[in-house]
Amino acid sequence: MKPLNDVIAACPPSGIRRFFDIAAEMDDVISLGVGEPDFVTPWRIREAGIFALEHGYTTYTSNAGLPELRRLICEDLEKRYGARYAWDTECLITTGVSEGLDLALRVLLNPGDEVIVPEPCYVAYEPCVSFAGGTPVRVATRWEADFAIDPDAVEAAITPRTKAILIGSPANPTGAVQPRAALEGLVRLAERHDLYLISDEIYDRLTYDDTHVCLGAVPGARERTVVLGGFSKAQAMTGWRVGWICAPQAVAELCVRVHQYTMLCAPHVSQIAAVEALKEAEGDVREMVADYDRRRRVFVKGLREIGLECPEPGGAFYAFPSIRASGLDSETFAERLLHEESVAVVPGDVFGPSGEGHIRCSYATALPQLEEALVRIDRFLGSLR
Amino acid sequence: MREILELLERDASLSHDTLATMTGLPVAEVSAQIAAWEKAGVIRRYKAVVDWEKVDGSESTEVTAFIDVAVAPARGVGFDDVAERISRFDEVRSCYLVSGGHDLRCTVVGSNIRAVSDFVSRKLSTIDRVTATATHFVLHTHKRDGDTFFEPEPDHRLRVTP
Repeated sequence: MKPLNDVIAACPPSGIRRFFDIAAEMDDVISLGVGEPDFVTPWRIREAGIFALEHGYTTYTSNAGLPELRRLICEDLEKRYGARYAWDTECLITTGVSEGLDLALRVLLNPGDEVIVPEPCYVAYEPCVSFAGGTPVRVATRWEADFAIDPDAVEAAITPRTKAILIGSPANPTGAVQPRAALEGLVRLAERHDLYLISDEIYDRLTYDDTHVCLGAVPGARERTVVLGGFSKAQAMTGWRVGWICAPQAVAELCVRVHQYTMLCAPHVSQIAAVEALKEAEGDVREMVADYDRRRRVFVKGLREIGLECPEPGGAFYAFPSIRASGLDSETFAERLLHEESVAVVPGDVFGPSGEGHIRCSYATALPQLEEALVRIDRFLGSLR
Repeated sequence: MREILELLERDASLSHDTLATMTGLPVAEVSAQIAAWEKAGVIRRYKAVVDWEKVDGSESTEVTAFIDVAVAPARGVGFDDVAERISRFDEVRSCYLVSGGHDLRCTVVGSNIRAVSDFVSRKLSTIDRVTATATHFVLHTHKRDGDTFFEPEPDHRLRVTP
């Protein structure tokens, strides 16, 4: 047989998968390993989806997506963050941010182009760069600096082949929110070196201490920035697979071109549900966000009380405590914690080398479970002493 | 501060410590505020939400009825004196003045249908100026005071996801 695609065959499977396989076999597991809300999609959104099914909205939509949805997304971005996009030429609906990321990279990259990826970062960033023919170039961020991106470190990684910088804020896995100064620094760099910026803002609504800054609204960024967003996290709609891209027209047009051949359109019913989410579910979103914030406070305080240093996570629903004091590496810590105390977390090195010495704990879990998890982690730490 | 009341209304078992962490306020301040609310009657009391149908021996579960009461109003007091008189019975769990065909809507609880019927015929309908009653027995509770009594959706999430 002839060999399969070299790039894909060379890409290692996600390190998360291994932990899923172990945890799936066990009983009585408290999972802090889940990267999605524990809330079910708010009923009014689900009900809108049911209505859409009942009334036969089971067809394709236009490639770019329902005009009403695109209009609502652009209105929301402008009202909330001051980011201005034309709904008809600069916005398209994707099958989740995952597709959006893939489209953006395919449209921006030529073979061999480098993309700077500050890490620890979401597990899909580097593989998607590679699949699109690019080369990911890691830049470390430090937990002592709350994982803020250092523009100088990014600049040091720029070569003549560098095409783009890919960031996520608020971030999976660290919960870090990039300070405005860091974002502005990246925009200056992008201007100076003529780079594109890809900004994964799926967690935009889940910020607790500061208001989210949309990269597309930072002065100088708009013409070279692709903003990715969606409904999975704040609206608890992961399984509906609906997201969006907002980008300057030239980029958006090519994204639609790939999308029309590879995806055709995002699911119709999901798009209708997303319309409902934007029109009617603001109250539900606010309640969920307030709930995450309370759990965050209780959980982070609890981690610190049992002796784990934890940078303050300003967004998303992850804490990324340091487990260096345990003397174990991330993988061993996570594996032993799972086997000995039935608590599932994700080892930090899965998200890049700077994640070594950390574990990702999702607090998208009911409060009593979080409290029980803290008791078990404490017991586990005690057994190591 | 309003957030504390909303949290307690949802879960009265939250400790002052947890409430303080959740809201970012000092524990002493939270405790003082709650004590003040208790004293002022803002917080009237704490109670649990019980699904009696799940309690062993549920055949002896209490019976609930909504009872609409027509009342002839009187000068100076309207319906208030009658409403208060009705409300004083322990069997009456709630009593509202409402618009529509009747004047008061009450929730009455008894150990069985007979007990509720007796209460209506002997006590409620014999109160002065009560002119009519309509009794609706509750057959099953689906939702009460914001709490649903059907099974919540199970967690369909995979245990570890990116």
